Amino acid sequence: MSSEQEQESIRCLVAKVGLDGHDRGAHVIARAFRDAGFEVIYSGLHKAPEEIVQAAVQEDVDVLGISILSGAHDTLIPKIMDGLEEYGAKEDTLVLAGGVIPEEDRAELKAEGVAAIFGPGTSVEETIEFVRENAPER
Amino acid sequence: MNADEELLEDLLAGEHRALARVISKIENRSSGYRDLVSELYAHTGDADVIGVTGSPGAGKSTLVDKLAETYRDRGETVGVIAIDPSSPFTGGAVLGDRIRMASTVGDMDVFVRSMSARGTLGGLSTATADAVKAMDAFGKDKIIIETVGAGQNEIDIVRTADTVAVLVPPGSGDEIQTLKAGILEIADVFVVNKADRDGADRTVQELRDMIQLDEGGGMAGGGGHHSQEVIDAHDDWDPEDDVDDADADAETWTTPIVETVATRGEGVDDLLEAFADHRQYLVDSGEHAEQVRGRYAEEIRTLLREDVHAMLEDRLAAAGGVDDLAEAVRQGETDPYSIADDVLAPVETCLEDLEIDDG
Repeated sequence: MSSEQEQESIRCLVAKVGLDGHDRGAHVIARAFRDAGFEVIYSGLHKAPEEIVQAAVQEDVDVLGISILSGAHDTLIPKIMDGLEEYGAKEDTLVLAGGVIPEEDRAELKAEGVAAIFGPGTSVEETIEFVRENAPER
Repeated sequence: MNADEELLEDLLAGEHRALARVISKIENRSSGYRDLVSELYAHTGDADVIGVTGSPGAGKSTLVDKLAETYRDRGETVGVIAIDPSSPFTGGAVLGDRIRMASTVGDMDVFVRSMSARGTLGGLSTATADAVKAMDAFGKDKIIIETVGAGQNEIDIVRTADTVAVLVPPGSGDEIQTLKAGILEIADVFVVNKADRDGADRTVQELRDMIQLDEGGGMAGGGGHHSQEVIDAHDDWDPEDDVDDADADAETWTTPIVETVATRGEGVDDLLEAFADHRQYLVDSGEHAEQVRGRYAEEIRTLLREDVHAMLEDRLAAAGGVDDLAEAVRQGETDPYSIADDVLAPVETCLEDLEIDDG
């Protein structure tokens, strides 16, 4: 009926993958996203790529933000991308990476399908703006 | 076949992504979601729906995790809907219950979905009920709804469940708390979680007193004498006795108290047994049919209320918005009651005309 009101909300999974135990940045982003009016699901520490994929698929998130400081991004992120593809979720999930990711590794991650990489010093406003502009239309 | 029909077919075929998508459509009130949910009804009715509620920090998520794990060990599939509050200011939310669902990660047959309140006026309970339908139609054997028990909204949500477990942490106040109306009244099973902590015995005792008081008041009908024994014997609570007893006993349900230590999985089997007993009781007593009827009645009411509300919002917007009216009240020119009368007068006239036409 005409008076139905759509109530869309941007849903984000903020994920910590692998063995690094530093989640201050993930907490800051989760809170900033919340305050921007997004729905944020936080994965918790030490998650395996398949756990992140499971959460992203079940929660049907628009945005997957992966925070990684351990240097294992070039093995872990491709595994996540493959998992998303397996469930047909790769195309319409905006994948972001944040944390310590050297310049020389970035091209490869982007080739894997990561939309943007936010290194140290990125303002949260910039990240939120990017999500607002690029969250997939479904 | 259009996109929604395809989505429905994929959901019925057991594709997880389709289930996830359907729940998103329900949450978003996307165009066409109503037709989709209408279609779901034909495929529902097989799942047991269990509500788990209690104050923040009572250990709900940890317990739900263990429940899901145990059901999976028994070969049953599980859906979990975890509800968290959202900010009244920005609408944003951090949905953090999933983080404690650690025992079942990597097992897609435990489907965990986090939800937050988006709309108003029972919107969350409608969305939750519809999401339960989607999981039921998908083929989940057990569906667990987890929500913080903080107010009326939560009570509406857990009413979506066949069986409601209320978690009561040890030391949660003096006995007068158990006399207050609200969350404790909706329990089919009490769970004293963190039963290894100080004060657990006292909390069990207070709950037991409360249940006895209820029975003594004759509120629960004819089975009071028997219920007393059941309460006294609750430590070795044996459902078989009860089921085998006279017919009168099958018609009342005495809320059992189960002690658990969710972090270690203690008491989880007892709790599942209590759920199964309650289920059996619902079926035997015929209360289940009544419960389901009541639930559908509530769904119809909520839908109508939401629709009327949306129509009124449209009218208000067309009339230039509520702000001018509110300002007029602030200036002392009119009052909310007069405005409501004015706005609704044409609706009333319309309805009266309709009735005359019908006659």
